[in-house]
Amino acid sequence: MKTLTFPGRYSSLVKIGEFVTQAAKSIGFDGFELYKIETAVDEACSNIIEHAYGQENIGDIEISVVTDLDKITITLTDFGEPFDPQYVKQPNLDADLQDRDDHGLGIYMMKQWMDVVNFDTLKDKNVLTLVKYLKD
Amino acid sequence: MEISITQYKRCDVVKVEGRIDSASAPQLHEEFNKLLEDNHFHIVFNMTDVSFISSAGLRVLISTQKNCKRFNRGELVLANVPENIKAALDLAGFTALFKIFDSEVAAVGHF
Repeated sequence: MKTLTFPGRYSSLVKIGEFVTQAAKSIGFDGFELYKIETAVDEACSNIIEHAYGQENIGDIEISVVTDLDKITITLTDFGEPFDPQYVKQPNLDADLQDRDDHGLGIYMMKQWMDVVNFDTLKDKNVLTLVKYLKD
Repeated sequence: MEISITQYKRCDVVKVEGRIDSASAPQLHEEFNKLLEDNHFHIVFNMTDVSFISSAGLRVLISTQKNCKRFNRGELVLANVPENIKAALDLAGFTALFKIFDSEVAAVGHF
């Protein structure tokens, strides 16, 4: 398991993406599957900064990556406000342009593109687990 | 992220190189807004060198499209969309909201 801690600000996103995609590449993820992982992690971290911490530079994001033969498990921990995604509205993807709601898209993309998306709100932290299996 | 803008007679072409994420999306939004403030409502977004787009970037596109189309005054169209990014647009249900062209020439010719 590799764990790195990043300051909770948007300028960390590039380095976070590199950290996670490097690990994913090492077990054989490439192309669009790699892009899906990068997207999910980017959305997760953006949500942590925007919702759990409320703004940039409030707290850190701790990221652990475990690689197995057939899957990658990414755990993101923050120490901000409890975040419960069930209160985030589902985006209406069929709505006309004028009625398109701006939010909820990030979580939707995460759920569509990862095999497991699990939010845990603990006493003093939020733990998000993302898992993606290698397709053969 | 690098942004370049080329003005043509009938439209403006916006080209971005790099990632459009929560860090860079506000800068792109600002560039689109400058065009709108100058009453330029016919815009081509050439995405050939966009390596990544998050939902923050998608929100900028929706907001700009709403502004362009208000009062039927114009439109934002997309050109040279890389495969990964096309998949993100599909997933978000954006392909019904934007015309997508295979080349910048075709997109510019649309206006």
